Amino acid sequence: MKFLARRFAHAIVLLAAISFFSFALIQLAPGDFFDAMRVNPRISQKTIDGLRAEYGADKPFPIRYARWLRSLANGELGVSLAYNSPVGPILAVRARNTLLLTGVATLLAWLVAIPIGIWSAAKRGKFADRVAGAATSTLLTIPDLLLFLALLLLAVRTGWFPAGGMISPGLEDAGFWSKAGDIARHLVLPALGLAAVTLPMLVRHIRSAMIEVLEAPFIRAARGHGISRARLLWRYALPAASNPLISLLGFSIGTMLSASLLVEVVLSWPGLGPLLVEAILSRDVYVVVGAVLLSSVFLVAGNLIADLLLFAADPRIRLDSRGVNG
Amino acid sequence: MRAREDARRAAVKIGSEALLEVRGLGKEFAQRRTFSRTRFAVRAFEDVNLTIRRGTTLALVGESGAGKSTLARCLALLEKPTRGEIRFEGANLPALRKRELFSVRRKIQMIFQDPTSALNPGMSAAEIIMEPLVIQRIGTKEGRQARALELMESVALPAASASKGPLEFSGGQRQRLAIARALALEPSLLILDEACSGLDLRSQELILELLGRLQRTLGMTFLYVSHDLRSVAEFADEIAVMKDGRIVEQKPAAELFENPEHAYTRELLAAMPSMETICAGRLTEAAL
Repeated sequence: MKFLARRFAHAIVLLAAISFFSFALIQLAPGDFFDAMRVNPRISQKTIDGLRAEYGADKPFPIRYARWLRSLANGELGVSLAYNSPVGPILAVRARNTLLLTGVATLLAWLVAIPIGIWSAAKRGKFADRVAGAATSTLLTIPDLLLFLALLLLAVRTGWFPAGGMISPGLEDAGFWSKAGDIARHLVLPALGLAAVTLPMLVRHIRSAMIEVLEAPFIRAARGHGISRARLLWRYALPAASNPLISLLGFSIGTMLSASLLVEVVLSWPGLGPLLVEAILSRDVYVVVGAVLLSSVFLVAGNLIADLLLFAADPRIRLDSRGVNG
Repeated sequence: MRAREDARRAAVKIGSEALLEVRGLGKEFAQRRTFSRTRFAVRAFEDVNLTIRRGTTLALVGESGAGKSTLARCLALLEKPTRGEIRFEGANLPALRKRELFSVRRKIQMIFQDPTSALNPGMSAAEIIMEPLVIQRIGTKEGRQARALELMESVALPAASASKGPLEFSGGQRQRLAIARALALEPSLLILDEACSGLDLRSQELILELLGRLQRTLGMTFLYVSHDLRSVAEFADEIAVMKDGRIVEQKPAAELFENPEHAYTRELLAAMPSMETICAGRLTEAAL
């Protein structure tokens, strides 16, 4: 239990620090939302000052941070200057879309990577392993952006998949199933692209973790009993290799989230990515801070989930936290 | 009187038939230098001849790198020798197909040096002992469970700890757990690769006692691999000395100690500190 409590406290402190620093950094950057108005001759300096005062932008930093913290408590996370409405609800919709995309992509990447990684490890140095190695290193060398643009090109040229967005116009009020089907079709390309970004890394980690385990004496002992290959790989080697792989899961969620920003912008998936870019360009302070904080929450939550899984899967950690194993 | 009894017993044991016979066995590993395509062979051992007699203990002794462990693994069917024969119950093991080896594996089991890494950390003690039976599809679930508890008792592990993981046991207990797992299949040959070297003296003693009892009651045969001639002196019936991938001498233990033929054996014997030299060493230390 101590292990979990410690991890949880760790996550909270981390998020608090991230909120403070992202808030401070964007405040430190020169210029704000209202500076763009100043070039417009039809808006007087008085109007701008009035707006500043109305949105509290004229107050010193600590007061603005305190106000923001208070609005965090009621879920508003400040007010978006561009949308002229609380940030919370805007973020919620976008975050849901981003979660859908990264969730599907993570699932896809792992479902493909696990069998390939295991097979590569089992056939180490053989033809199948070399093919997998060549394929993953090729994929690894292609820049993410190029990959996404290629997918976009594919969509435009073939017309097999919609080239952007999340739902076809006119389907917003359709029945659940036709809506789900349409969203799924829109999801294919961004999810593929996102999965392809992490896939080579996953395959390589899974392969090397499995190779290490396959050399352990308890695997040798099981071979001595005449164990079948399937039982050896799935019931012995994979559980034993699960420890580094679960940590990798937390890490892969982080990679997915940062890559998702780019894929969302290129393939215009209405997630946090396009919102964040837009908000940074127009200096919509609270939207930027909110989006950064939310991404961090996902990342920390991903790692926390990985830690929980680790706790459940690894007898050594359980023993450590009970103080049995020294 | 006692000595004569021992000698008589040894003579009877050594006269017994061969359980496993190794003829001209060799093992090479193909290696490749980094960034190079040319392959070359690393020889682990070569032209090994060895006889393990039923119901006896053969100790395989030699320095690190002599090829003992690789030889042990070949005999335990964990590696395929490059050439030569392993005769066991009328069959030549390297020539058998995978299918046929499956049933032979029941009869030859191996104990590893480090019991911690030799036990699946994700399983309970009882599951570990039952696993060979599950793999070999022997018995029912209940039967296997009962057998596991029985085996734990026979290696002096409390049945109450059956649901504990292997990491909750001490080093010596872990090695006894590994032995219980090997015994589950009722093998006729047990290969022990440095099975005691990582353990404290008391645990070593317990394990040697256990092995002695198994041999007396079940007539089991042991191949005991060790780098330490002294540690095998007490309980080995025969000793084979290995150097640089070859067996230089195989003889009954008493004979080897009295009349070592090969220069290397004499060297090993000379390197063995006798009681007098140990005491003398202590005295000089004390004097200094």
